[in-house]
Amino acid sequence: MAMFGGAYNTIAFDAAKCDGCGDCMTACATAKTGTVDQSRSRIQIVGSEHDGFELALCRQCGDPKCVTVCPAAALTKNGDSGVIEWNASKCVDCLLCTVGCAYAGIALDAGSGHVAKCDTCDGAPACVPACPHQALTYITTSRIYNEVGDWEDLFAPGLAGCQGCNTELLMRHTLRRVGPETVLATPPGCVPGMGSVGFNGTTGTKVPVFHPLLTNTAAMLAGIKRQYRRVGREVNALAIAGDGGASDVGFQSLSGAAERNEQILFMVVDNEGYMNTGMQRSSCTPYGAWTSTTPIGKGSGGMPSQGKTQDAKNLPLIMVNHRCEYVATASTAYMQDLYDKLDKAIQASKRGFAYLHVYSPCTTGWRFPTDQNMEVARKAVETNFVMLWEYNPKDGLEFTRPVDDPLPVTEYLKAMGRFRHLSPDQISHIQGKVVENLAFVKQMAHRQSA
Amino acid sequence: MEHTKYLVVGSSHAALEAVTAIRMHDAKGSLTLLTRDPHLPYSPTVLPYVVSGRSSPDGIFLRDEKFFADNRVQLKRGTALKALHVERNAAELADGSEIAYEKILLATGASPAIPPIPGIDTVSYHVLRTLDDATKLNAAIKQSKQAVVLGAGLVGMHAAENLVKVGAGVTVVEMAKQLTDGYFDATAAALIEKAFTDNGATILTGSRVVKLAPSSKGVTLTLENGTTLEADLLLVATGVRPNMAYLNGSGQLVLHDKGILVSDSMQTSVANVWAAGDCAQAKGFFTDSKVMNAILPDATEQGRIAGMAMAGDPGLKTYPGGVPLNTYHFFGRHAISVGSSKVPEGAEVVTRFDEASGRYLKAIFKDGCLLGIYGVNEFFDAGVMCQLILRRIDLSAVKQRFLAEPMKVGREIMSKTWR
Repeated sequence: MAMFGGAYNTIAFDAAKCDGCGDCMTACATAKTGTVDQSRSRIQIVGSEHDGFELALCRQCGDPKCVTVCPAAALTKNGDSGVIEWNASKCVDCLLCTVGCAYAGIALDAGSGHVAKCDTCDGAPACVPACPHQALTYITTSRIYNEVGDWEDLFAPGLAGCQGCNTELLMRHTLRRVGPETVLATPPGCVPGMGSVGFNGTTGTKVPVFHPLLTNTAAMLAGIKRQYRRVGREVNALAIAGDGGASDVGFQSLSGAAERNEQILFMVVDNEGYMNTGMQRSSCTPYGAWTSTTPIGKGSGGMPSQGKTQDAKNLPLIMVNHRCEYVATASTAYMQDLYDKLDKAIQASKRGFAYLHVYSPCTTGWRFPTDQNMEVARKAVETNFVMLWEYNPKDGLEFTRPVDDPLPVTEYLKAMGRFRHLSPDQISHIQGKVVENLAFVKQMAHRQSA
Repeated sequence: MEHTKYLVVGSSHAALEAVTAIRMHDAKGSLTLLTRDPHLPYSPTVLPYVVSGRSSPDGIFLRDEKFFADNRVQLKRGTALKALHVERNAAELADGSEIAYEKILLATGASPAIPPIPGIDTVSYHVLRTLDDATKLNAAIKQSKQAVVLGAGLVGMHAAENLVKVGAGVTVVEMAKQLTDGYFDATAAALIEKAFTDNGATILTGSRVVKLAPSSKGVTLTLENGTTLEADLLLVATGVRPNMAYLNGSGQLVLHDKGILVSDSMQTSVANVWAAGDCAQAKGFFTDSKVMNAILPDATEQGRIAGMAMAGDPGLKTYPGGVPLNTYHFFGRHAISVGSSKVPEGAEVVTRFDEASGRYLKAIFKDGCLLGIYGVNEFFDAGVMCQLILRRIDLSAVKQRFLAEPMKVGREIMSKTWR
């Protein structure tokens, strides 16, 4: 038995997309038995139109009971692939594995007289492409866990972020990926606030880091990159800035560097406000949100105060209009997508200006429980409140995770306290903006690719 | 004296699960596994297949030397526990040496129970509990023309089938009124019996051997009704008895009845002594009293719980109580039993039998919840059924559908309830 610890690829099922057509079962039966007998498929769709469809399929458990109860050593967990493998020559057909499994993941195949279970078709499961509704996907995100885990964490341990901080996760992942040949700029905001620039004369990073002004981050970083290039040294020039430092007072420097196509990677951690200094509004704060400068109360002059009264600026779309080498939006709830974009952004930054805008929920400033960060980030995408796309001058703008059937925006709004006060009118304004923004980006995607 | 933090006695399912559970929580504490068996770990359950020749004796091992090395487990094979000295936390081995332990798990399993039939000590007979028993029996059945199996439990029936398949004349003698008593009901037993008689075996249920004597062929058996049987091969498979003879001296402080009495975390009456598997007597799921539930799935569960408790793993969930679970494969057919075979007051029994296909299903319900389900040639997911029982899921609303298609409806409930 292997000692477990790695992550594995897996077949994922989205019940909402399944209509019970059974094509996956036909594909499995064909691949595994050479028949179209769905009862012999190792993936079994159960349920009904009325109750919704669900799945009986081997989960390739990390602590597999089928393996522990097999008296014949015929089942083993493959430590490399994660698949629980069945050895036909050792199996004695005793069916005890079906006693051990509580998920009907291994069952008698009457056609062969032996038990049968999913082996993921050696990493190319036949059921997945057979699904006409993309209800089945083969998730390969385990790469991030297995590979990234081995990369060096270039931030010091013990950063002083809030409990449940998304930004810490984001900056550690990013710096691991960008690697040690990096110069890092962190303008005022949460990133230096939690310790990137260090304490008492030592930095919080294992790479050179500096603390520019809010106003000149992109300009300073561009200058440093040019100097390194002049002396013939290849480095990644990376800025991790907040939305305030990028969209408000830092914008002219950012826009200028993009216009000059400086070879830098500018990452914006968009937590929709000046969270480090006490949660003031920024131009990226969405309409209706509570901040310390857009409070909730009686207001003055008979005008009640009900959060921010303007809509957010769409900074990544503005950056697209600089025709940068690469522009993308990302979310830590979609790590595979984020990593794909990070890889592309690093490559693009060797040619010119690359811009990555990461939507980053803030447990303290947005008022939600510290264990809910991923859930809030995911809801933002599932409601189309934010959209994940990428742009380059050659291919134009493309959605990377289109949401076909978005949840109502209230599913996102009610996940946090900063929208608790919203009136029905405000909610319908926000829902309207979601629809409008989606149509706008869609139009742009269409135009660019046409 | 040798000293170890954890001493695990036994090397089958309960012991191995305990080792894994201990190592999950305590990667470093010294761990010694002691077994009377000279071989690497194997399951007694696989032995009928070694007898038949289907399993190769060197292909059945559940762990290899590397596993023990990788997990820093000192493996002592061929060394039985002779006496437990709980007053000084020491295990005395058969060779007279002693190992001092901080915590000990008794997963010593069981041995064949030999019935006190007059003359039994004058004849040679086989039993089947160890790999050496199995290889001996494997050689013997090839020579046998006329065999008698005492006891129609699963071990006896497996051996009888193997004997039938090599062409021996086989007679099974069973005291109870039906074969596989305690595993399957009368209808299922009749189906199993028919499969055997169709293949030429003789089944004598409700029969008792009163005398055994050596003969020119091998053994002469005299039955209660006066008839005699001749056998060139005699297999005694009349049940098993927990191994706990080492509980002599101060070991008597470890309280035992039919087996070693354990709590819901497999702890015995002595605080640093645990027991699991076929030698343990733990709470039953259907009764508050402590029962023997000597089946493989329960051994793994008990072993894991004992290991977690010994290592102080805070993730430990206590034992829910033993649920009887058995599968039996015979002449290409299968029988599955999950749950209680007893029908308590107010319970409802539903059966369905299709004589043409030999498909038989029986289910016992009480207050809408499933207590037990049995099938012959009717496959359902036993693990799913067991969860329906353990979780006491009310099936009232789907009962008719469930009885018609237990596999399908069980999976539907699984996918919505504990996925």
